Amino acid sequence: MNIHEYQAKEIFNRYYVSTPRGYVASSVEEAVANAQKLGGSLWVVKAQIHAGGRGLGGGVKLARSIEEVREYAQALLGSHLITHQTTAEGTLVQKLYIEEGVEIADEFYLGIVLDRAQEMPVIMASREGGMEIEKIAHETPEKIIKVTIDPFIGFQPYHGRELAFGLKLPKEEMSRFSAFAKALYEAYRENDASMVEINPLVRTKSGVFVALDGKMSFDDNALFRHPEIVAMRDYSEENPIEREASEYGLSYVKLNGNVGCMVNGAGLAMGTMDIIDYMGGEPANFLDVGGGANASTVAKGFEIILKDPNVKSIFVNIFGGIVRCDRIANGILEATKMVNVHVPVIVRLDGTNAKEAVEILKNANIKNIISATNLSDGAQKAVAAAKGALV
Amino acid sequence: MKEAIASTGATVSMVFVPPAFVADAILEAADAGIELAVIITEGAPVRDMQRSKAYATKKGMKTIGPNCPGIITAEECKIGIMPGAIFKKGSIGLISKSGTLTYEGANQVCKEGFGISTAIGIGGDPIIGLSYKELLAMFEEDSQTEAIVMIGEIGGDLEIQAAQFIKEHISKPIVAFIAGQSAPKGKRMGHAGAIVSGSSCTAQEKMSALALVGVHVVKSPAQIGKKVAEVLNK
Repeated sequence: MNIHEYQAKEIFNRYYVSTPRGYVASSVEEAVANAQKLGGSLWVVKAQIHAGGRGLGGGVKLARSIEEVREYAQALLGSHLITHQTTAEGTLVQKLYIEEGVEIADEFYLGIVLDRAQEMPVIMASREGGMEIEKIAHETPEKIIKVTIDPFIGFQPYHGRELAFGLKLPKEEMSRFSAFAKALYEAYRENDASMVEINPLVRTKSGVFVALDGKMSFDDNALFRHPEIVAMRDYSEENPIEREASEYGLSYVKLNGNVGCMVNGAGLAMGTMDIIDYMGGEPANFLDVGGGANASTVAKGFEIILKDPNVKSIFVNIFGGIVRCDRIANGILEATKMVNVHVPVIVRLDGTNAKEAVEILKNANIKNIISATNLSDGAQKAVAAAKGALV
Repeated sequence: MKEAIASTGATVSMVFVPPAFVADAILEAADAGIELAVIITEGAPVRDMQRSKAYATKKGMKTIGPNCPGIITAEECKIGIMPGAIFKKGSIGLISKSGTLTYEGANQVCKEGFGISTAIGIGGDPIIGLSYKELLAMFEEDSQTEAIVMIGEIGGDLEIQAAQFIKEHISKPIVAFIAGQSAPKGKRMGHAGAIVSGSSCTAQEKMSALALVGVHVVKSPAQIGKKVAEVLNK
């Protein structure tokens, strides 16, 4: 799960990770009032969308007067911001974050993520703050200092020294930087974050380290113990159909092809997309019905797949382990009663109770439902059906 | 757990508990002297797996999973949730990140007239127990195994690490399929994820790394069984 910058900074502040003062606004009037409340003579008006690349996309504006704050707020609120991480249409800006301006002496990058190979969190720091960190990692990996933290010992003073030495910080700044990194690590760990990133982290002219930006995402599997983070979820940032699917335990991702797929298990679901592609077709979606699939989830799956007008055929590919094929077969029958299944449905059922399932479908004798004997047969028929060939 | 071990002599624990209790179950098993914990549960928090796997390793307990179908030695012993009937006894070892692709691969191998020695679903979570490297080494030693099927998917770089290991340590023929060749680039907010390995590890990168060390890589998941037959009948 992802959150907005202003929400990440709320969490940062709870852990004494310093940020500039700021207030969130949903209207132009509120944005202006926030700027007046902050005082001073320099403000930053920042569009709150999840996607990265906001600065380059024109979503972060420096205002030198209240009038400029008003102008930028008017321009940004309600607009669609396009960055290299959004879709071509961009993301609707519904909230702004109004922050006090900061006098920057130095810029850094600081991030924490799980190092899968070491199975520990790794803190990454670089002097190349504000830049595209991916580019630095690729071109000059030696410019990124990495320190892994064994969860059994946690963040120790020497971790902080390693980072500070690596960044070539002057002696008098080392302990302040170390405290900052430690605080960020605690925010990462205690909230079950999967990623936290500050780009740029700045040292102000008065020598204070401040998170100018803030990004956090969380391990979905751990959300059950963080209701306060779940409350930060912004549904408007999510694809409505994918969200509806997830409410029914279905994992759905829309793609651009015309062969709908309904599969159990993420690996087989990807494999099914691959074989459709291999046979010259194009998958319309990824859909994993999961281990708990039953008649009603299958019916819901059909409904969701058929919301996509591009779909010309559907390939149901189930290899039953804990999922019983007879239940899936009944789900398919159920679905044909509830939803107008107007495209050919190619059904391949194997594994637990597959024989019974094939019988159920045969006896029902529904025009649009075509049985397949194996994976390759099913994919071939589904691709042919999508192209309008008789199968 | 200790009481159960004392009265039965059990050496393996199979974990089915809900996600919130997985870490506790692993820690208890490790502390009680269990040798292998097979974790079926889907949805265990990453932080819990970090701690509990590190502790299990310290105690000398092996783990498989989480979020996996388990392990089966065909017609002998099953610790998991796979449909046992499709795993006919034979000489092909199978390692897979995906549960249902484990069944698909095994089924194809058996339909071609071969059979399975042992099949293991290792799971696709960020932190898993036994992985390709350790299991490939075991299959290399296993006199019942003649060839190995390896099924991977996009994400992480375990398959790339396995390729390096295969080059140096594995002499038995390997057939591999990587799922996700047609998957679009993941929706992702930050940049941090791709930095650690320095590469994004697409299916294509994994396939080339494996092909380079002599693994028989198939593009379609329907070719796994046929490729095994082709390699062994040569």
